Amino acid sequence: MDAKDILLGLPKPTTTPTPHGHQLLPLPADKKSRPPKESQRKPDGISREVYALTGGLAPLMPSVDVNHLKRRAQSENEKITWQWLPFTSSARKDNLQLYHWVRVVNGVPPSGDYSFAKYNKSVDVIKYTDDEYEKHLTDPMWTKEETDELFDLCERFDLRFIVIADRFPTSRTVEELKSRYYSVCRAILIARAPAPGDIAGHPLVKDAYNISQDVERKRALSMVLSQTKQQERRDAEVLAEAKRISEARKAAKGTDELEVPAMTDTVPDDNDGAAAAVDSLSPSPNAQFTSGAIAPPVSEIASTLASLRMMRVYLRTHALEQMVQAASSSAGLRTIKRVEQTLQDLGVNLKPKVPTKAVCAEHLELRKEILTLLNLQKQLQYKEAEGSSYRDGLYAETPGTPPKRVQRAVEQDRTFVPDSFSFGGERMGKRDQKRKAPGRLLEGPPSPAQSKRPRKFKASDG
Amino acid sequence: MPQNLQGECQPDGTNESTPKIQRIKITRPSEDSEKKIAVKRVKDVEVSVPIVYGTIAFWLGRKASETLSHKWTVYVRGATNEDLGVVIKRAVFQLHPSFNNPVRVVESPPFEISECGWGEFEIAISLFFHNDVCDKQLDLYHHLKLYSEEDSGPQSTKKPVVVETYNEIVFPEPPADFLARVQNHPAVVVPRLPATLSLPPAPVQEVHESGRGDTKDHMLSPWFVNFSEADELLKLAAARQQVQAHIMKLRRQLSMMDGMPQSLKPASG
Repeated sequence: MDAKDILLGLPKPTTTPTPHGHQLLPLPADKKSRPPKESQRKPDGISREVYALTGGLAPLMPSVDVNHLKRRAQSENEKITWQWLPFTSSARKDNLQLYHWVRVVNGVPPSGDYSFAKYNKSVDVIKYTDDEYEKHLTDPMWTKEETDELFDLCERFDLRFIVIADRFPTSRTVEELKSRYYSVCRAILIARAPAPGDIAGHPLVKDAYNISQDVERKRALSMVLSQTKQQERRDAEVLAEAKRISEARKAAKGTDELEVPAMTDTVPDDNDGAAAAVDSLSPSPNAQFTSGAIAPPVSEIASTLASLRMMRVYLRTHALEQMVQAASSSAGLRTIKRVEQTLQDLGVNLKPKVPTKAVCAEHLELRKEILTLLNLQKQLQYKEAEGSSYRDGLYAETPGTPPKRVQRAVEQDRTFVPDSFSFGGERMGKRDQKRKAPGRLLEGPPSPAQSKRPRKFKASDG
Repeated sequence: MPQNLQGECQPDGTNESTPKIQRIKITRPSEDSEKKIAVKRVKDVEVSVPIVYGTIAFWLGRKASETLSHKWTVYVRGATNEDLGVVIKRAVFQLHPSFNNPVRVVESPPFEISECGWGEFEIAISLFFHNDVCDKQLDLYHHLKLYSEEDSGPQSTKKPVVVETYNEIVFPEPPADFLARVQNHPAVVVPRLPATLSLPPAPVQEVHESGRGDTKDHMLSPWFVNFSEADELLKLAAARQQVQAHIMKLRRQLSMMDGMPQSLKPASG
């Protein structure tokens, strides 16, 4: 029975006593006795603490069928006791007598070695004779005493070189110790081998320890570890760029017309190189942002061109669709909708009515430029959000400015309305923050100037 | 299997269109060798064929009945009304299943089908090209319109409902034989060829036994839409200008806010 049950008291005692502490609910027949408070009830089959993890309420769907839970094997037919008994371990060389709790089944204690003795593994460190030392192992940088000491420590500490380096009497770096150890082992191996071919496959012989390489590797690792977060980000960006560019280059092989933006020529293979390449790109994170936005479509466009060529024959409109898709591959659905909205506001058909080669090219370029524009607008918004109060003052006026700007727009030539367009562009962004619907240039502001702009009237409004 | 079906209606007793029999003398490699030998293609030269496809539908007026209210023609023509037979071998028009023999094959230009009916539906047009052009077919889809959208006043037998779509068939890497054959043909747009390019000798030109494949004097030509890219180009150029100006303005704003040197990335385009 559970402790809580005892404390709080069951309305009616349980029927079947159990040898273990496993809880049983009162039988379902005791409907009257079932108290309304769930928290005092225990679920069947799992302990109270586990049940409490679910928040004290039963899950809507039983995740585990209670019958599937393993019952403690042989819980009924055996007598289990726990005893404090002495034990021996083959891992110990001394005669120290230790004791521990042992699960005794029917009066029979468990047999066998201490269960953890099998983990007592050690390394077989080579032992060389003095003779061998004289013949093969002498080294100007190492005395025999030092070498002997090294090997003794290696034996004691199972080649844990960090510890060995710590214990070593004279100050030697970990790499030096490793180098000495491995070269000695290698020399011994070669010397003892009956034929050189026998050990040619041995890792010590094949890939000998290269101390300078190891030193360099560790230095590079520590550099990576000590990089600041920003450096890390920049490196990742640069590497991604390089990857995209090399992909684009691969895809563009054989095509003259594709021009790859030449940002970095070589893939940086060291962190130093990466830092230098980042500087050579551009100092401002702005440029990183825009270049990051434009670079991914490059490889998309290249692969689209390649797939079009494979088609042998296609319609110009189909090609344009594919290219538009490729160019907007990095943009989300909302951005694409905003691009289309912008096209409409500019009076441009979403799908050209006369899709000649020139028209399609211009259309594609226009779409790309609109994407750039939207990206810049977003950047501007972010800057504003971080900006100081002085900046806030400038843009907080936006709701009030429409009347002024709109009137100016009307006075201008109808076909060229940059201010209204820009106003719409900025407001477009603000709208997005309020609604999920794609931003529209002009919709709903309670400005009297609305009526002055019949051109922008949309049948869908209202 | 040439189908000379006209449809059951004979409103004026005149034939709208009859596919013409042609004996085409074009030397082309035999079918077998075409499949086994790799086709020699010209890279970096894109050949395009501007086409217009669509429908023109006339209300039958007094002669209209419940089931036959309109007579219409679906067609594929050259955008400048030149002869498409130089490129297209055959056009297959898939009509609504309620028509007799809904699959209409036209083996020679002008590639069109005329029919009578009362309903609007989607027509699938499959274009098959000559052997030396391309062995893949190209599919177009067009929705037949019988009723005008703008002010649905009384219909007129004189003013048809015209829906035309402009498009261009693009051959990105045309076979050399094809290019040699059409490089001077008015229906095909061929860019300036590189001086180093040498093409096989052009085979003998087609001989039409009767009539022409072009649609310059076609009966329906008064209703053909003249598609000009100039308007669209102008609009696009103006739009791009606006956008570019706006981009520059924003860039200036951004760099002012940063207090950093202006971004080095030029406006694309």
